[in-house]
Amino acid sequence: MRRANAIHLLAAFGLALAATPAARAADFAGKTIEWVIPFSVGGGSDVWARFFAPMLGEQLPGKPTVVVKNVPGGGSITGANQFQSRARPDGLTILGTSGSTQFPYLLDDSRVKYQYKDWTTVLASPTGGVVYVNPELGVKTMADIARLRGKEMKYGSQGATSLDLVPLLAFELLELNVKPVFGMKGRGDGRLAFERGEAAIDYQTSSAYLRNVVPLVKAGKAVPLFSWGVLDEKGEFARDPTFPDLPHFIEAYEMAYGKKPSGIAFEAFKAFNTAGFAVQKGVFLPKGTAPDIADAYAKAFAAVVSAPGFKEKAGDEIGEYRQATGAAAQKMLDVALAIDGEAKGWVKKWLTDKHGVKLD
Amino acid sequence: MLETIVSALIGLLSGWHLAYMMIGVLVGLVIGILPGLGGIAGMAILLPFIYGMDPVSALGMLIGMVAVVPTGDTFTSILMGIPGSSASQATILDGFPMAKRGEAARALSAAFLSSMIGGVIGALVLTVFVVVARPVILAFSSAELFMLTVLGLSMVGVLSGSSLLKGLLSCALGLLLGSIGAAPATGEWRLTLGLDYLADGLPIVVVGLGVFALPEIVDLLRQNKAIAAAMSLGSGWRQGIRDTMQNMGLVLRCSGIGCLIGALPGLGGSVVDWVAYGHVVQTSRDRSQFGRGDVRGVIAPESANNSVQGGALIPTLLFGIPGSGSMAIFLGGMVLLGLQPGITMIETRLDLTYTIIWSLAIANILGAGLCVLVSRHVARLTTIPYVYLAPFMIMIVLFAAYQATRDWGDILALMGLGVLGIYMRRFGWPRPPLLIGFVLAPGAETYLYQAIQFHDWAWLWRPGVIIIAAATILSVWAGMRLGKSGIDEGGQSAVGVERRWPQIVFAALLTAAFAYALERSLGWSYLSQVFPLGVALPATGGMLAVLAILVTGRDHVVVFDTERIIAGGGRSMEYYLAWLVALLVASALVGFVLGLALFFVAFLAVEAHAGARRVAVLTLSAVGFLALMSWVFVLDFPRGVLQEIARMPWPLN
Repeated sequence: MRRANAIHLLAAFGLALAATPAARAADFAGKTIEWVIPFSVGGGSDVWARFFAPMLGEQLPGKPTVVVKNVPGGGSITGANQFQSRARPDGLTILGTSGSTQFPYLLDDSRVKYQYKDWTTVLASPTGGVVYVNPELGVKTMADIARLRGKEMKYGSQGATSLDLVPLLAFELLELNVKPVFGMKGRGDGRLAFERGEAAIDYQTSSAYLRNVVPLVKAGKAVPLFSWGVLDEKGEFARDPTFPDLPHFIEAYEMAYGKKPSGIAFEAFKAFNTAGFAVQKGVFLPKGTAPDIADAYAKAFAAVVSAPGFKEKAGDEIGEYRQATGAAAQKMLDVALAIDGEAKGWVKKWLTDKHGVKLD
Repeated sequence: MLETIVSALIGLLSGWHLAYMMIGVLVGLVIGILPGLGGIAGMAILLPFIYGMDPVSALGMLIGMVAVVPTGDTFTSILMGIPGSSASQATILDGFPMAKRGEAARALSAAFLSSMIGGVIGALVLTVFVVVARPVILAFSSAELFMLTVLGLSMVGVLSGSSLLKGLLSCALGLLLGSIGAAPATGEWRLTLGLDYLADGLPIVVVGLGVFALPEIVDLLRQNKAIAAAMSLGSGWRQGIRDTMQNMGLVLRCSGIGCLIGALPGLGGSVVDWVAYGHVVQTSRDRSQFGRGDVRGVIAPESANNSVQGGALIPTLLFGIPGSGSMAIFLGGMVLLGLQPGITMIETRLDLTYTIIWSLAIANILGAGLCVLVSRHVARLTTIPYVYLAPFMIMIVLFAAYQATRDWGDILALMGLGVLGIYMRRFGWPRPPLLIGFVLAPGAETYLYQAIQFHDWAWLWRPGVIIIAAATILSVWAGMRLGKSGIDEGGQSAVGVERRWPQIVFAALLTAAFAYALERSLGWSYLSQVFPLGVALPATGGMLAVLAILVTGRDHVVVFDTERIIAGGGRSMEYYLAWLVALLVASALVGFVLGLALFFVAFLAVEAHAGARRVAVLTLSAVGFLALMSWVFVLDFPRGVLQEIARMPWPLN
């Protein structure tokens, strides 16, 4: 009797098992995943991807090999276009982008054929940046901003539509008389111009600031003013955890004017600041990717960034920033790409009027 | 400090560190030997492996690779007349004629010894200067950097051959080719012909291969024999070493030039071989043999292009600003290892800095030694009938060009520049000035603009500017002092050409190109147009002068056509160009890998009359090579119509 019960139980259990539809699970065993990086080897985005690639392969189901595939050109537009038109939604091709990919998209560059809204975001890597000036201008902190009024300061820039758009908009909002000198090949060149005394104001992203500007600050050759700040869970600006002693841009504005910034120029600044720094680098899956594959990636990245020792390993490369994965990353990207038409129009007009940029 | 230097060496020599460095050296040599691939490609191969390695081994491996690329790239430059990487374009000018004379061994041994000495000197300079170089580098502002590009451009005078006018026009063409793409001051697109590919400008690799390699391949095919008529491998060795020893002063000077150019961020390593070559021509009493196989023309660029890396490490380590293309990647490697380039490398990690320096010195010695060992065998390539070598050369050149940006545009640009190079060669337009102009154009324009923006016109009175200006005047004077003879490619006197219409057509096309640039630049904003306008306006005038001489039928040095001199019997250039076009058409239809396989079969059957078995073996080995490269570099080859229609299996996709 008891045995019969046991058999019944087993049978019922078996039936129940058979009745549950097998949940399809993504499995990449024996596969090679191509991580398309639309920049050349050795650049910031390439190093960032190569840092993540082995850990991502380790955490994805089936432990596939992840290889970085560089498709440089057109300031990352070429590679992103190629991903949009060729990548199949099988989870075997993913794309990494940076602020330089987001900006032409936001500015409606005619060469852009990619659509962020088609893609699924699985990782958002923030970074920060710090604006600093030459101490000879007579300022010690942001509180002395009045002393900078009217003084012409030169700034070594890579171009008004590059990531430099964020500092240039910030200088505009603060009504600083900054004259950009273009043709720099990277922020490193801009810093060198600052160190040579040719430029009086400069900004560096977090890792470069820690490496190369902090020694200058200690030696009394540079004075930090403010950081770009980070987005908290609510999508509001907060102090950068890497630079807790520095005011972020909005605080800096308040110190200068005694009120919060507002208006169309500030809306534009917010969008580009988010797209350029809060979501500086992102990982995307192509259009039509099944939810199980997207979940597998979101879980894998979550496992990578929460693994013990990740922060130490990431240290200099990623900085002290919260890596957003899955839904959180998608939300940050939505904030970054939500710029209203009016603010966009204002930025384009400002770029043309003030910096002679011809946008088509 | 001395203690740190010694302990860094001991650390490097213990355990497995040397083995890892050897891996780096081997990769670097292979990368160097394959034309067009430079340190950047090598770094791309090694980066995935260094993640998680101990810093000493990883740095040794990376530096080992970077250090020997300019050693390995000498092979193809000397033996094939194809630039092994952009740092050894100038080596071709005298190295290849030596190989054709059967003196390949002499040229190679002189080159390897000078490479080794140059590399070691680079490491020595780095040892001494790395701790004190900061203020020196900061003393070079945009104004001084602009003057240095002018100094580089002044080398055109001695590299123009018999006609200075043609040399200057060729340089002007290079300057305009170099200004294609986004203008440094405004970001406006210039001369892009509406093509997205040109928006980034032409890659240096593509220009070098197009202008030097394709013309050489076509020329050798026409001669239809092996590269070297006779090989005297055994005897040349000691002679090459003797040559280097006799010119030790030159080796030291050119190594110094290399270090200086490498140490100044922004000039880049791709111009150093030309500057060194110009320097040796300027300072030589007897110039009659330059361009025809003067061993000094090999020693100078080879000493300089290895010492560059030592110089280039200075800004890389001190400022985190790469001094050359491969250093940019090296920076990425350092970051992956958790090292922070910048002043901390001197203040707190001096031990690792000296590890890097020792790696540089030891790798240079190992690399040169290995090259000496294998060169006997590699040099035999020059005795193979060229018709068998050519398809492989074409494949490698196309593959290398495609590595530049991995775009169909690379292949098309290579072809276009190849055609330009072929006819420049035929009509006696010197090609080195074009390369110098191309390499220096972006720097010259950017630094001039920045100098004016930062300092107004006061930059003219900076002491550094005045010193470099004096050096430039001295260099031009040195070039003119010894009469007008400079290097001459081919070097026949060509007065009295019967049929002038081919060169008139070519000159007219060049004139049209300058006029087009002139017309386009009138529509740009002031800051974008100043530079191209300042080049195109006098160039158009100069071209009209050349045309006038050609049309009026006077005898003059600008009149030149090699076709008068080559004995009949061979095929025309256009015949072999048609083969190349056929290869491109096939690739456009069925993709690069299949297209190349078809080309191999057809070419070997028709041109070499090879049997079916030989054709099959050679074609399969070519496809195998491409498959291997595709796997190593994680890249897809150019796709054709077929790939757009149907999914093809790897490596045909």
